[in-house]
Amino acid sequence: MAEHGAGATGADVARVFRHEYGRAVAVLTRAFGSLDIAEDAVQDAFAAAVQHWPSEGIPPSPAGWIITTARRRGIDRLRREASREGRHAQAALLAAVRSGNGPAPAAEEQFLAEQSGVDEVDDDTLRLIFTCCHPALARSAQVALTLRLLGGLTTAEIARAFLVPEATMAQRLVRAKAKIRDAKIPYRVPQGAELPERLGPVLAVIYLIFNEGYNKGPADGPAGDELSAEAIRLGRLLASLMPDEPEATGLLALMLLIASRRGSRFTPDGGLVLLAAQDRGRWDAAPAGEGRELVRRCLRLNRPGPYQLQAAINAVHSDAAAAGNTDWAQIVQLYDQLLAVAPGPVVALNRAVALAELHGPGAGLAAVEGLELGNYRVYHAVRADFLVRLGRLPEAAAAYQRALELAGSVAEGRFLGAKLRSLGVAGYGDGGPSDPLTPRRSP
Amino acid sequence: MSQYLLSIYQPDGPVPGPEVLEPIMRGLADLNREMRDAGAWVFAAGLHPAESATVLRPSGGEILITDGPFTEGKEHLGGFTVVEAEDLDAALGWARKLAGVTTLPVEVRPFQH
Repeated sequence: MAEHGAGATGADVARVFRHEYGRAVAVLTRAFGSLDIAEDAVQDAFAAAVQHWPSEGIPPSPAGWIITTARRRGIDRLRREASREGRHAQAALLAAVRSGNGPAPAAEEQFLAEQSGVDEVDDDTLRLIFTCCHPALARSAQVALTLRLLGGLTTAEIARAFLVPEATMAQRLVRAKAKIRDAKIPYRVPQGAELPERLGPVLAVIYLIFNEGYNKGPADGPAGDELSAEAIRLGRLLASLMPDEPEATGLLALMLLIASRRGSRFTPDGGLVLLAAQDRGRWDAAPAGEGRELVRRCLRLNRPGPYQLQAAINAVHSDAAAAGNTDWAQIVQLYDQLLAVAPGPVVALNRAVALAELHGPGAGLAAVEGLELGNYRVYHAVRADFLVRLGRLPEAAAAYQRALELAGSVAEGRFLGAKLRSLGVAGYGDGGPSDPLTPRRSP
Repeated sequence: MSQYLLSIYQPDGPVPGPEVLEPIMRGLADLNREMRDAGAWVFAAGLHPAESATVLRPSGGEILITDGPFTEGKEHLGGFTVVEAEDLDAALGWARKLAGVTTLPVEVRPFQH
């Protein structure tokens, strides 16, 4: 980081952008009552920062500078539009902002004055999060708005991440913002009994962004890592803003623990490596340690929820220095709890995998029979693995074949194809060499 | 304050008997009273079944009249309430009660002014 007063680099501005963009949009949205005006004003302010900071240096409070500049730019814009087009709404809004009718003028002073506790900027940031993730908006719109308004990602970046044309994503954002404006989706943090119901979509959006990034392999370039990192940043923000919501902390812990394994998840040529075969020496100790600590903090609160329990399961994996040391009994117990709070066939499938480690593949197979997951590739791959371990190779080959037909990515397809061939069952695969990535588990 | 249209969607077919309908109508009357007391009530009405509808369609300078309803489907607008509310969350609060009382899906749409 550059010293105050010394010239700032592009990286300095980028760092401030990453951390302050969403907070600035949040404050300005309350000041101007319009997402569009707030966005434009904050973008203008960062354009000014790029222009001024390299020669003048980073100001003592970059966030305060951005908010003050954005507010000025927003008022300038309203003034121009009000005089040019005689638009009464703008003129009235301008009068309200200028006369201090509303909390706007105090925002940056408050920002400078309060750097801890729940201050106005924090409240505004939470308001923006809950508005972006309002249940009246489609999930795809919630995700796009969150990345755009809170993460400052460009429309092109969001479109690339979700594999849709940029024009489609632009339209999605325009429509979502129009709905917020026209239907008057309020700019507020839900209270009391409303909160649990409204927190759900917020957590789901952040986790979806994380998974979208995490599921991308090395072949997809750095975009996946950046998306996961943004989800973790948002999760950290939410957990800090809602310290009394253990599920927010649980989600952050879950993402940190999963992300700690990212480096060992693919072979250098992009092949998939399953958990049991991963080189645990390459797991990233810092996020894993933080994730485990957060799980312990959640456990002390004793208000378990799905994200906390999934985080706890990942923490148990993280605790084992080798796959063989995994405490499967504890994992099965955690899955039992997870099934109680969030019943569903996918959770039951994951529980069966842990059960097979504890009591053998026969127990696992019995537990997956009857699950309604016929179109879920992982279900067939898991069944196939149990059948291999039970020596029922022809049935295993048929199950791998079904999984292969449903494979969701190239890496997955290659992985399953190699598994299938390694069985050497006539009529399936080509009986080629067994997959070197995942040595057969010891029973 | 904004106004919102709360549309109640009803499945086509025979109307349920009085043992089903009467408690619903009582619930609706209570809810309308609650809305009035809160100053939220603007208008509310139930409609005859969709087969009673007639559609007028401009075509080549003329207006064509046909037997309705306008939309195909197994569900049609069965009634509606107009409420005045501070914002969407407040309107959704009334819509939630309306869906609960009628046991039917409710669509919420903002008025333009």
